[in-house]
Amino acid sequence: MNTAGTNPGDVQKEESMLLQKAMINANYDALSTAHEDGNKISSTFVPGNLNELLMCFDFVRNLPEINALQAGMRKKSGAYIMEAERSGHSEDVCTYVKTDLGMMSKGQVGPNGKPLPTPDVLLLSYTGCFTFMKWFELVRDEYGCETAMLHVPYQADGKITDNMRQFVVMQLKEHVIPTLERVSGIKFDIDRLREYLGESAKAEDNLVWVLQSAKNKPSPIDAYFGAIYYCGPIFSAFRGSKETTAYYKALRREVEDRIEKGLGPVTPEGLLDEERIRLVVEGPPNWTHFRDFWKMFYDEGVVVVASSYTKVGGVYDFGFRHDPEHPLETLADYCLGCYTNHSLPSRVDMLCNYMDEYEADGFLVNSIKSCNSFSAGQLLMLREIEERTGKPAGFIETDLVDPRYFSPANVKNRLESYFQMIEQKRLRPEDRSAA
Amino acid sequence: MALDEIVERCQDLYDDLDFKYIKQWKAAGSGRKAIGHMPVYVPREIVHAAGMLPVGILGGGDQLDVIHGDAYYQSYICRIPRSTIELAVTGRLDELDGMLFPSTCDVIRNLSGMWQLKFPDKLVRYFDVPQNFDLDVGGVFYTRELQLLRDQLAELGGREITDDDLRASIALYNENRRAIEALYAYRSAQPGQVPTPEVYLLMRAGMILPVDEHTRLIHDYIAAAKAVKRPVRDNCRVVVTGLFCEQPPLGLLKSIEMAGCYVVDDDFMLVARWLLEDVPTEGDPLKNLSDAFITYSVETSCKYVPVREDKGKFLIESVRRNRAEGVIFASPSFCDPALLDRPMLQKALTAQGIPYTAFKYAENSGQMQPIREQAGTFADSIKLWSAA
Repeated sequence: MNTAGTNPGDVQKEESMLLQKAMINANYDALSTAHEDGNKISSTFVPGNLNELLMCFDFVRNLPEINALQAGMRKKSGAYIMEAERSGHSEDVCTYVKTDLGMMSKGQVGPNGKPLPTPDVLLLSYTGCFTFMKWFELVRDEYGCETAMLHVPYQADGKITDNMRQFVVMQLKEHVIPTLERVSGIKFDIDRLREYLGESAKAEDNLVWVLQSAKNKPSPIDAYFGAIYYCGPIFSAFRGSKETTAYYKALRREVEDRIEKGLGPVTPEGLLDEERIRLVVEGPPNWTHFRDFWKMFYDEGVVVVASSYTKVGGVYDFGFRHDPEHPLETLADYCLGCYTNHSLPSRVDMLCNYMDEYEADGFLVNSIKSCNSFSAGQLLMLREIEERTGKPAGFIETDLVDPRYFSPANVKNRLESYFQMIEQKRLRPEDRSAA
Repeated sequence: MALDEIVERCQDLYDDLDFKYIKQWKAAGSGRKAIGHMPVYVPREIVHAAGMLPVGILGGGDQLDVIHGDAYYQSYICRIPRSTIELAVTGRLDELDGMLFPSTCDVIRNLSGMWQLKFPDKLVRYFDVPQNFDLDVGGVFYTRELQLLRDQLAELGGREITDDDLRASIALYNENRRAIEALYAYRSAQPGQVPTPEVYLLMRAGMILPVDEHTRLIHDYIAAAKAVKRPVRDNCRVVVTGLFCEQPPLGLLKSIEMAGCYVVDDDFMLVARWLLEDVPTEGDPLKNLSDAFITYSVETSCKYVPVREDKGKFLIESVRRNRAEGVIFASPSFCDPALLDRPMLQKALTAQGIPYTAFKYAENSGQMQPIREQAGTFADSIKLWSAA
């Protein structure tokens, strides 16, 4: 055990985590009563999430992926998935989708125990994941609500072309904004959008600072398990709000404090007191056994110093910020820049950069059965990154929210072998001299 | 050409996993180039207009031993990318000067990146098509993407692709689509005369033969098929759908027919049937191709359906037009687009009282008995119990 400071059974939470929890709970409560309160509800996805735009129309924002992962963490997703499979959905397809559909057929009860009302509009931001398109066709089929489609072209050649940007902007102008105006009954105000985008940029600055704090040794954060919490507000229903700006200021203060004291990351069992291995991780986490999964790392003194999953709702650490001066263009660039909208060579470059900049000892892929957008090609990425960096790479397989695909003993065995391999490699004379 | 000869020629092309035909074609003229493309849709007219041979790469089928390909993919990814990689890393696709990867799904999309990493000296293009079907929005985007493809191929070929080149190619592909529609119409009218495995082989031949040669082959086949007398069976008429990307083994199609089903429509090799009308040969050729895509192309699970009520309409129209008595959903295992789409299409069919059955396959599926039993039971249930 490499953690200190808590009694068995206690879960250590950072101040910012409590702040975030309050934000999430308030949003679920707002969703539950939205229609009684005279508000409209939008549903959209995390990648390509146009939260600032939705705020311009006073929508209460619902994110089915977040509901699915919440269901996974609360051990409810297994039953939802089986319910969807019973009603004809294939065992082969994305379990986020099936969790959402199963949850709908079981009364759409949110994490607050109250039913979530039918959304008034689906903003189908088709960014970096083909399944999104089918997902919202299925939801639309169930609810019959209006759908605004935003097709975000794929950055296949590692760059955003003018044609891509103009296409997204044209869709926003011609389709998305008019649909949101019609459904909400509120006229679009571009200055209101600029104001929200300005708040987003402030929060993004602090988020990047926090993520990059992992370059310190020891790292004051875990940039995968811990950073998933840090990304929560900015990836979901809150980016662009003043409370989010405040959240990231508070988070930064917490991390600054840990750096000053030379402390490691906070785990559910307290502060990690010894950083033995630094990893870069590719792929989403498993949600059904999130704590058990994390424990397999911190028990071995393993800290994740950079991850790709924390870029899935926006890549900010290479300079992009929402720009209030170019409101629609910046929304386009944001959508186009989300991690899974990048080509495989770009993803490899990004991860190699992390390996170097964050001085990682190894590279690990958590390959997710449900997510072809992430997973297809990861074995080649692994070989490329191993070859380019000379650092050992590891590979495990789990799923997002299907508990049938999380095999704790297998995952633990693989991880322990991998961590041993990293340590063994450190002992080789040629690697020691290279270091 | 006699019927047997035509079918044999198509079978030979189908069986040739070394793509020797490409080598022969390239050897017949200096500086010739060939461009591969994955399913579902790329505008082959532009490749042809560049003087190049478009070649459909549809995986390795059930005769390819996939050894290397499995090392690139997890067990839960479909089979076509692993057999395609196998073809490439074993040198079988060396004659291709470039590859186009259409926006079919995340797996094919990511395969484009794998190609970039593995074959940096080849032209690799992920070909994005719009999911916005407004001519002034999606149409404008798509026309520019077509122009980009035109520029890339012109650079590769070392010569300009003129508007007249494009118009001439469009005309040839219009003829080809008309020939294919004639073939499909003939099969629908007299399915006993046109076994689906033969239609399939003919369509596959169109994935490698030059378009004009393929058009002639189809006309020859129709004439030859009309000249032979084949037995008429009391089969039920079905539409098979879901096979647009990873291809079924030929044995699967034979099994469906042996089980008592006449296939009267399908979605094999949609690239050849994607556009539902002729593309105009006057005016701006790229805009014409773009407008055709936006306004009259097929509905398939890779395409967004903007209006909820339209979901499944295309399939239902095919059932009605071809007087089908039922639908067989045959989809590749782990195919997200087809399998996610299926419940919506099934719901639309149910609302119309159209019976269906569903199963999965892989391109190398070997056991056909369960499929034969399922298709046979489906055919029997229609014959015995359907209202008609």
